[in-house]
Amino acid sequence: MANPWVAFLLVPLVKIVVILGVVILLAAYLSFFERKILAYMQIRIGPNRVGPRGWLQPIADALKLFVKEDILPSRAEKLVYMLGPVLVTAPALVVFSVIPFGTGFTLFGAQVTPYLTDVNIGILFILGVSSVGVYGIILGGWASNNKFSLMGGLRSAAQLVSYEVPMGFSVVAVLLMANSLSLVKIVEAQKSAGVWFVFPGLVAFFIYFVCGVAETNRNPFDLPEAESELVAGFHTEYSGMKFAFYFLAEYANMIVISSIATVLFLGGWLPPFPSWLAGVWASPVFTWIPPVIWNAGWFVVKVFAFLFVYIWFRGTFPRYRFDQLMALGWKVFIPVSLVNLVAVALGVLLIGGPR
Amino acid sequence: MNLYIPILLFVVIAIAFPIVTLAIAKLISAGRYDPIKVEPYECGNPITSEARDHRFSVRFYLIAVLFVVFDVETVFLFPWAVMFRKLALFGFVEMLVFLGILVVGYVYAWRRGALQWV
Repeated sequence: MANPWVAFLLVPLVKIVVILGVVILLAAYLSFFERKILAYMQIRIGPNRVGPRGWLQPIADALKLFVKEDILPSRAEKLVYMLGPVLVTAPALVVFSVIPFGTGFTLFGAQVTPYLTDVNIGILFILGVSSVGVYGIILGGWASNNKFSLMGGLRSAAQLVSYEVPMGFSVVAVLLMANSLSLVKIVEAQKSAGVWFVFPGLVAFFIYFVCGVAETNRNPFDLPEAESELVAGFHTEYSGMKFAFYFLAEYANMIVISSIATVLFLGGWLPPFPSWLAGVWASPVFTWIPPVIWNAGWFVVKVFAFLFVYIWFRGTFPRYRFDQLMALGWKVFIPVSLVNLVAVALGVLLIGGPR
Repeated sequence: MNLYIPILLFVVIAIAFPIVTLAIAKLISAGRYDPIKVEPYECGNPITSEARDHRFSVRFYLIAVLFVVFDVETVFLFPWAVMFRKLALFGFVEMLVFLGILVVGYVYAWRRGALQWV
């Protein structure tokens, strides 16, 4: 890679296109999986008309939304209204620039890493960028000039900032064990510790994932778009492609939360029990698989497990009431995550933490 | 610094992608203007008032103010967590003092009913 243009422009561009393509396609198909899984949970069949067993349904949905009329409400604040979908989609996608999908490998004699970049402030970058998404929601809700949208936007803002705090605390508990903010180093710390951080950080893991569900406005925390009280919440006035981008951002955010949970707690691309079962993973049954596919495969399996839990939540839990939601965030999760933080710090101090 | 160039590139593309797609969709999408259709949705009833003229609960502001306090605290915890092994007992005690001061404020806010919705 002597040519700086190749190193700084071409390679990142190719990676960006691949990441964007995979994320957008996965977000589209996630809606299909959700409808299918929910259908089977409710003893229905779900979408099965478009393509074999309904597999082309997301493509048809996307095409339909693409050519649908895009209504611009007469009383809306035009510029802010159009800015909303952009503000909510861009951060959800940008987060994927620091998520590691595996270790570096050699391709055509050049060293290639299966992630865009590994900055040393990785997790801080993710928390910062993903917080920008709330602007898209609250500005979209405000600019629509609709009572339901305004209420949805307000609720969403309150909910997102409330759950940001315990989420931050539970992430700090992982950082105490990993000693780094870089996502690659966090996974490597789990490798050298020989144990996924989910075991020493079980409380942090639980709080992180529940807060993640709340941050993505999913059931049972989907107050901002509670259809029984707010019609469709902050995107009541959005139609056509603008609605599609809100939709895309929600599903992309689900993938983001699942990926971060995988990296922080489930050892990223590592196979289960990397040290106990080291002999098993080194056996010829598995070693013929190229390491790239092996690593990315484990990553994808874990992310899909989280996504399934997301959908499972939706199929199982009734919605919270707003005061219950706030009480859960401020009166339960913040004290518990604070105590957990001190406990983890004490554990690291006394036994040196998992190494 | 070189590590951030790809991120900058990604940011540019991630912002351009929805804008370009929305522009193309604008060109090819169907649509006919109708004064009724572009009214804000209010379950089919005529609009009674502007949405932004309505007042909403002061609790939303309260939550926002509380959030700032706690989030700044989280930001202070990040560098501490990364350097924790080096700081050892000194860092642990110091952070206990820092968290202790914050817990006092938290208990005060709880007792005054700032966390009580409704």
